[in-house]
Amino acid sequence: MGTADVEAVWRIESARIVAVLTRFTGDFGLAEDAAQEAVAEALVSWPLAAPADPVGWLMATARRRAIDAIRRRTALRDRYALLAADEEIDAEDIDPDKIDDDLLALMFVSCHPVLSREARVALTLRVVGGLSTEEIARAFLVPVPTVQARITRAKKTIAAAGVPFELPPAGERRERLDAVLSVLYVIFTEGSTATSGHRLLRPDVAYEAIRLARTLAALQPHEPEVHGLLALCELTAARFPARTGQDGSPVLLADQDRRRWDFSAIRRGLAALTKASVRGLGPYGLQAAIAAAHASAPSVEETDWDRIVVLYEALGRVAPSPVVELNRAVAVAMASGPAQGLAIVDELIASDRLPGSHLVPTVRGELLARLGRRPEARAELELAARLCANQRERSVLLRKAAALG
Amino acid sequence: MSKYMLIMRGTDETNAAMMASIDELMATTRRFIEETVKAGVFLAAEGLDEPGKGVVVDFSGETPVVTDGPYGETKELFGGFFLLDVASKEEAVEWAKRVPAVRGSKIEVRRVPGEDEVPQDNGAFVKEGALRESSGRI
Repeated sequence: MGTADVEAVWRIESARIVAVLTRFTGDFGLAEDAAQEAVAEALVSWPLAAPADPVGWLMATARRRAIDAIRRRTALRDRYALLAADEEIDAEDIDPDKIDDDLLALMFVSCHPVLSREARVALTLRVVGGLSTEEIARAFLVPVPTVQARITRAKKTIAAAGVPFELPPAGERRERLDAVLSVLYVIFTEGSTATSGHRLLRPDVAYEAIRLARTLAALQPHEPEVHGLLALCELTAARFPARTGQDGSPVLLADQDRRRWDFSAIRRGLAALTKASVRGLGPYGLQAAIAAAHASAPSVEETDWDRIVVLYEALGRVAPSPVVELNRAVAVAMASGPAQGLAIVDELIASDRLPGSHLVPTVRGELLARLGRRPEARAELELAARLCANQRERSVLLRKAAALG
Repeated sequence: MSKYMLIMRGTDETNAAMMASIDELMATTRRFIEETVKAGVFLAAEGLDEPGKGVVVDFSGETPVVTDGPYGETKELFGGFFLLDVASKEEAVEWAKRVPAVRGSKIEVRRVPGEDEVPQDNGAFVKEGALRESSGRI
């Protein structure tokens, strides 16, 4: 067995192992450490002699490491006694329903509001997603020690705050689920519009979010917004193959070769959107519905822009934000003409609700260009290029500005 | 990440063994599918009817010739598939090892290339796109 084989088993089993050990010891940090020690040992010993039962091996080893750790903490003799009394955790004996709740609890703990956003993201990817510290560092373009520190600190924070390993009480449920969804969406957007670096898309990062969203949808099948988020991710990812040219430069929606869209991902997204629609769409469901309107249109011209305007208006009511307003401006420009869109952008600028963002001058530049106000358009696009952190996007903006003469 | 198809390959003997314990096999298969759904990797799965009920369309001659099963020299027959969306080939293989399968059968693990791997000037690709356009939407 090679490293990749060990990692494959780990990807499938890690969340379950951490969940079982946390339930068993009542200590999330300890469980996570023990599980990490087990996989580190597997990486050394499996290539020499592969175990007959890799899953059982990992669980047994992680459990032994947990016992070792507790043994070192003399104050916790009682827990050790508990562990010793029940020597075997057999994978076969684990109650599947209980495990589902434990996995869900793991997601809620990893996305707990006592943690910083960065910590929630790192912990979720590591504990629920089974990614290594190195993989998370690569995903977010930060140094490995930074990720390591975030995870260590996160575990300490959870212990210090006495966060219980359980499903949130009914009163907090909604808010806590929103926190989980928002962490998954942060991971997805990092993959779908990289905030920094020279690549526009990082599909592997987006994939992790989709995978976690699918897990959450399986565990919480009656939560429409979980399906809404999944639909949004699937429908957005469906456009990935058409979103970059052969040289890696971004291709705008209008110029994308729609034959390159991933039609099976679109079908999955539309199916998830149906499940999201049972009681009126929430913020993720509305964004998914907008993505669906694009996904089912044969071209920009034949897109139902009136419907998209209505969806943005609804989104602006349930989740008001200047970015939504800006997108509404684009949709209005497509449905009713660039002058109407420009009026919305100018209101946004007057209220200074999106300062420093390259998106405002990007859109404003586009609309001015469509209105034939070329010198103003050029100035806006140049401003946008100065504000943009993604190199690929920046060069597109500069090319467009230059084309305006 | 990539899509992988786990292709079930059985012989007459394994198909007979499968039918003998079909209820148990269906229950374990359902559990396997649930596992893959909860792991966020499941895309699709189908099982095929008995090979004897199928036909073969043979293109060896000028025009296609249709014959009833069985299938001549073929020893191992495609019996069904799981389509999974996984992080690596190794993960696809790890899932394949967990598929409930009767002794003697085989699972072939094959990658499904993504849309972005299809060459843009590929003739078939252009044709498929034109078909999609002329037939309306997706």
